[in-house]
Amino acid sequence: MSITELDRAGGGAVVSGGTGLAVHAEGLVKTFGEHRAVDGIDLDVRPGEIFGVLGPNGAGKTTTLRMLATLLKIDAGRAEIFGVDVVGNPHVIRQLVGVTGQYASVDEHLTARENLWLFGRLLGIASPRARRIATELLEQFGLEEAANKPIAQFSGGMRRRLDLAASLISRPPLIFLDEPTTGLDPRTRGQMWDTIRGLVADGCTVLLTTQYLDEADQLADRVAVIDLGRKVAEGTPDELKTAVGNSTLQLLLAEPGEVPAAAEVVRRVLGSDPVLSPERGRLNVALDQADLAADVLIALRTAGVSITSVSVAKPSLDEVFLALTGHGADGDDENSREENR
Amino acid sequence: MSTMIAPARETVRAADRVSAARRHVSPGETLSQTLTMAWRALKKMRRNPEQFFDVTFQPVLLTAMFAYIFGGAIAGDVASYLPLMIPGILAQTVLTSCMATGTQLREDMEKGVFDRFKSFPIARIAPLAGPMVADLLRYTIAATLTFCMGLLLGYRPGGGAPGVFAAIVLAIFTGWSLAWVFTWVGTIARSAQAVQGISMMILFPLTFLSNAFVPVETLPDWLAAFVKINPVSHLVTAARDLANSALVTGEVAWTVLACLIVITIFAPLSVHSYKRHM
Ligand SMILES: Nc1ncnc2c1ncn2[C@@H]1O[C@H](COP(=O)(O)OP(=O)(O)OP(=O)(O)O)[C@@H](O)[C@H]1O
Ligand SMILES: [Mg+2]
Repeated sequence: MSITELDRAGGGAVVSGGTGLAVHAEGLVKTFGEHRAVDGIDLDVRPGEIFGVLGPNGAGKTTTLRMLATLLKIDAGRAEIFGVDVVGNPHVIRQLVGVTGQYASVDEHLTARENLWLFGRLLGIASPRARRIATELLEQFGLEEAANKPIAQFSGGMRRRLDLAASLISRPPLIFLDEPTTGLDPRTRGQMWDTIRGLVADGCTVLLTTQYLDEADQLADRVAVIDLGRKVAEGTPDELKTAVGNSTLQLLLAEPGEVPAAAEVVRRVLGSDPVLSPERGRLNVALDQADLAADVLIALRTAGVSITSVSVAKPSLDEVFLALTGHGADGDDENSREENR
Repeated sequence: MSTMIAPARETVRAADRVSAARRHVSPGETLSQTLTMAWRALKKMRRNPEQFFDVTFQPVLLTAMFAYIFGGAIAGDVASYLPLMIPGILAQTVLTSCMATGTQLREDMEKGVFDRFKSFPIARIAPLAGPMVADLLRYTIAATLTFCMGLLLGYRPGGGAPGVFAAIVLAIFTGWSLAWVFTWVGTIARSAQAVQGISMMILFPLTFLSNAFVPVETLPDWLAAFVKINPVSHLVTAARDLANSALVTGEVAWTVLACLIVITIFAPLSVHSYKRHM
């Protein structure tokens, strides 16, 4: 017995392909006026995995997700969800996908409980059962106490949780989460991660977007990195980190002229090239382990290179891009990306 | 927020869901979804009572103002103007309140929750038709208040309670039908303000270039020609015959026909442009 009554009557959905993938998209394009917000993206999400789409502001994450969720028209390319064509069968797709958008999509005028009941009724669930599911979900997401408060009085984190709860009413096999933890405090963020893992343990497939490398690392089985509407890399978080390093040693040299010498030392110690930052005298070194920082520093001291400041940081999205594409956060989105770090 | 999904819930199996998924929404489901949406709109109204201002103040104020300002000039005295005027005010107030349907829909569509409605496997018409069903309540209030106000001023409808009731029902039905025009405007306009502006432009000629407040004979020929084909005139004449003499005339049929035409054109147009929005 399944929780949704959508299951009752069979309607014979058209399943075309035998790809066996949860999401299969080829060459997705979305144009807003002159601007190609999504410019030929391919995605393959396997059933039962958490797939992360990683990218800075304006990369086209939301647009991609909305196209797959039938909320935006696909301008070119094609997409299938569990073998069902998205453009040809939007009604079937809507029964398969639960969408949690970037901005809470719950009704401000209703209470949390009323929201969940309303959504349950719309999904064809009988009233008493919809009420029961609402209570279960409120409990599961720690919202019982706020259940009868208007949403207008909810904190951002509470809204986010309610929003996710609302996407789970029909227990869809595929769940889209657009930046599920942006704006959450670290504790709530960890809880959200646990909940997402719980969904997968339940048999769901999750496609989520994020701006944080560590979130993709914590959660995702595989990650696609997108920028300016294109996919620039894809792989497991480990593969990405091998390209980027676990952490970054940031060095500011006392003498900008010594940069080539310092780079040579790094190459000798680590066997890889450091990234020379645009600022004079600055050097970013990708490290597989933070321990290696000491080796580099000792070698520099031995070579007589003098250092003004040192820091070890987790790689930022910028460094991911630097490592993956050879260019950093350049282009027209520089400002929005800065805000975001 | 607990970390694990309750163990009682069983595994979600994608293949089963795909084969169980339905291709279309049935008429029964559409109706139930529309009523659910109407429930939402009613809740909203109850929490924002200012939505009732136009349907309460307008009939009261308009009736009093028109009676005393135009009563003497047009019909000699207030009492003899009332049978002519009250059905006119009835049409006017119901039409004005259906204009608000479009504006409110536009405001609503900009809210995040509409994204969820769009992502749900529900009939595309349900989010549009639901608020319109709830608005029947507003039309009923407007229509009833108009007659109550008339009674207070000394109006004694010759059609008795059944005639008045029939006039109210006809006005509500007309309001509901014409609301589809404003709903359509709500789905095409860029902002709620634009909806308001466009709706006014549609509404003013419809109500004022009708026989709602003045006898047609007093108008110049070219104006009379428009007034005669204006559906609002048919509603007003039909409502007068019903309320004042309990007569069901051919005007009722014309009104209903005009309404049905409006629905057949504007309901599909609205759904089409609502879908295109996404
Ligand atoms: N409705 C729209 N009309 C015009 N341009 C749009 C629209 N929606 C998105 N864009 C543009 O498309 C590009 C991609 O936007 P999108 O919202 O998909 O980015 P994102 O990756 O989700 O960014 P963020 O991290 O800020 O949410 C941006 O340049 C944005 O300005
Ligand atoms: Mg986004």
